Amino acid sequence: MDMLKLTDVTISYKNVPTVKNFNLDMKSGQIVSLVGESGSGKTTVIRAILGLLPGGGKVTGGQILFEGTDLLSYTQNQWRKLRGSDISMIFQDSGAMMNPTKKIGHIFTEYILTHEKISKKEAWDKGTRMLERMRLPSADHIMDSYSFQLSGGMRQRVGIAMGMTYQPKLLLADEPTSALDVTTQAQIVRQMVQLRDNYHTGILMVTHNLGVAAYMSDYLIVMKNGKIEDQGTREYILNSSVNEYTKKLLKAVPSLGGERYV
Amino acid sequence: MSEKSEVILEAKHVTKKFPAADGRFLLANNNVNLKMYKGKTLGLVGESGCGKSTFMKLLVSLDTPTEGQILYRGTDITKLKGEKLRQHRKHIQMVFQDPASSFHPKMKIRDIVCEPLLNFGKIRKSEKTEVCRKLLEMVELPGEYMDRYPHSLSGGQRQRVAIARALALEPEIIILDEATAALDVSVQKTIIELITKLQREKNITIGFICHDIALVQSVAHQVAVMYLGNVVEEIPGHELNTKAVHPYTKALMGSIFDIHMDYSRPIESIESEPPSPLDLPKGCPFQERCGYRMDVCKKEAPRMAEIAPGHSAACHLLNLTAR
Amino acid sequence: MKKKNVFLQNKTFVIFSVLAALIILTAIFAPLVTGGADPVKGVLADALLPPSKEHIFGTDKMGRDIFTRVIYGARVSLSSTFAVVALILIVGTITGITAGYFGGWVDAVIMRIADMMLAFPGLVLALAVAGIMGASIKNAIIAIVAVSWTKYARLARSLVLRIRNCDYVSAAVVTGSKTSHILFRYMLPNALPTLLVTAATDIGSMMLELAAMSFLGFGALPPAPEWGYMLNEGRACMQTAPWMMIFPGLAIFVVVVVFNMLGDSIRDILDPRDE
Repeated sequence: MDMLKLTDVTISYKNVPTVKNFNLDMKSGQIVSLVGESGSGKTTVIRAILGLLPGGGKVTGGQILFEGTDLLSYTQNQWRKLRGSDISMIFQDSGAMMNPTKKIGHIFTEYILTHEKISKKEAWDKGTRMLERMRLPSADHIMDSYSFQLSGGMRQRVGIAMGMTYQPKLLLADEPTSALDVTTQAQIVRQMVQLRDNYHTGILMVTHNLGVAAYMSDYLIVMKNGKIEDQGTREYILNSSVNEYTKKLLKAVPSLGGERYV
Repeated sequence: MSEKSEVILEAKHVTKKFPAADGRFLLANNNVNLKMYKGKTLGLVGESGCGKSTFMKLLVSLDTPTEGQILYRGTDITKLKGEKLRQHRKHIQMVFQDPASSFHPKMKIRDIVCEPLLNFGKIRKSEKTEVCRKLLEMVELPGEYMDRYPHSLSGGQRQRVAIARALALEPEIIILDEATAALDVSVQKTIIELITKLQREKNITIGFICHDIALVQSVAHQVAVMYLGNVVEEIPGHELNTKAVHPYTKALMGSIFDIHMDYSRPIESIESEPPSPLDLPKGCPFQERCGYRMDVCKKEAPRMAEIAPGHSAACHLLNLTAR
Repeated sequence: MKKKNVFLQNKTFVIFSVLAALIILTAIFAPLVTGGADPVKGVLADALLPPSKEHIFGTDKMGRDIFTRVIYGARVSLSSTFAVVALILIVGTITGITAGYFGGWVDAVIMRIADMMLAFPGLVLALAVAGIMGASIKNAIIAIVAVSWTKYARLARSLVLRIRNCDYVSAAVVTGSKTSHILFRYMLPNALPTLLVTAATDIGSMMLELAAMSFLGFGALPPAPEWGYMLNEGRACMQTAPWMMIFPGLAIFVVVVVFNMLGDSIRDILDPRDE
């Protein structure tokens, strides 16, 4: 059965459709990337799946099914239960999502306590163990630090660790590496692929970086102006696609040993 | 590489330190020596915290180095002050990273682009319209845009306006500070094409500061790689891919997700974090993350040594192979 | 611009600007309003008369018509208040922008002086200054300005610092702008709207401070018709001739409320749009 199925989805902001006729069939354990430039609608799609569309945004057509259940019929409470347990999300800047006046341990504990009724100490320990399982160095030190004391890369890894605590079936990632240095980016990408390998987590990722998307994904969807422009496996998109836009995008990406201008 | 070209701008032993708490200091630039040649592009690449932005500010005289000189055609511009400094600014202009904040939000395009010329009395107010039209034409924008405000243009269009503004004074050198980082990849390509075309037409020297090593090697004649305030390798752009030797340069290249890469190859990534620039260890700045670290690396900082014409690197490994 | 909408959508602003205009016009056309009566000369025989048809606010202990004095008092109060506000705005803006833009020791010196001023309770210091220099409206104005400019300096400085390191200011430097050009074209226009709004909301409190100074005898001198001073005069006769205090007091109250509300409504209009 499909884990995530979007059928003919239309999303509008203040009654103006920004995403039209979006279709997606995703099986568990798959890594799918939505790629496109700004204004393509890719972030809108991913936020709609978690019911996190910013002000004025609504799904005005189509269906979003997660393991057969209609997500669009969910109440706020049901959404809250879903987030973090079966579906989790990581953002471009996880650090910005964290309260800078609280320690990581505190934030993580609060997060755990919204999902489970255990004691604070147990929650703290669970958080620490999660960081260790994600192979973050000095987990105790991290729990005891504030978000601004950590590097961008470390914050992202903490964000991923938090998102993975309840071993979600689906991880939504909104530009997870765009704000990072390339050397850190490589770490995060490796970690995310391991999540799929070790936990069979499906990943739906939004990115403008075609290279990252191609490396990680089984399947890519190219979006333009709110519509799906092209889609296919990595091999197809990189080598066999006849779509003009896809070819234009590929040509524009700088490549070592590729086209030079001087 | 550039025996024919003259050296327009030269940084000599440039060091910049920022005071921090407890009497410590942040070493943003450490003994940087770089040359820029007439009509050629010098690419400066590195990750966040490597000091490239600080160095760029020194080049455009927005700040002064703690030690060292920056020579423009032989004159040390770090010693210029007041009106002399202002007059010098005609020769070096800049394009900023964020098209959203590079312009006064309440100025029209015409005023933005002509402001540099009015600053030096090179045109009269009555000539603004005509001059603006010519400059916009140079960056392939329609003349009607001059009555618009920057926020009504797209990111790519705004960067074109920024380039037009940088060209207004006909400078010898233009510094592009991550000028395409905020743009979509297809827009980036058109901006790069515009810049390289203008370089060919006007023989402009360009300083291209960037964190994307694949991009920088495609636009620069010469590339300098920076790490924690140090230049660790300098190499001609077309040789970067094949002949780079410094472990950090190779790590940068290895971390890229290139669309032409071999997907069966596991991605290299350097584990561990860079040290804080406040508490730099003695010896090579890259020692903690280097896979080839030797004892000497912890004790002595390697110096830049020439490997081939136009190619030098600072690494103790080179001394080994030399023997 | 969108002036029509501004007026239609902001009834508070319209109402209170009309009222403020009325007050100002009354002050300007005081002779007309009072029918040519003399605010300074009085008929002793008519001293301390309660309000009547002839003297609608009554008379004071020198036999002067209080209504006339209240109306002429508007002139003194308004002109001195505007002088104070204008001066603190100018002094504060110049010092604040200078401190913010140039930084370094200039900033340190200016801000330490401002800090020093803040260490004293405003009115007490104003009284001390006026006491040393002698009582007069002019000295009262100087005293209050000396104490109150610091708020504007701090505000101007923070507004300058907010944009000081923005790319477009750096761009102005790199493209060869003279410092004066940057100060007038970039720093000042950025700071001015907020400073003007603050000044508008301060009119009321400055008026009160001036009245307080005069009430305490450190401001206006007799026989000038100044509301604060009139309050002081009326204090002695509070039991027997309460109208001597009521009407100047009401005048202060009305004018301060009108200008406060006007200032608030200006702030409401400008601030939401302000970035």
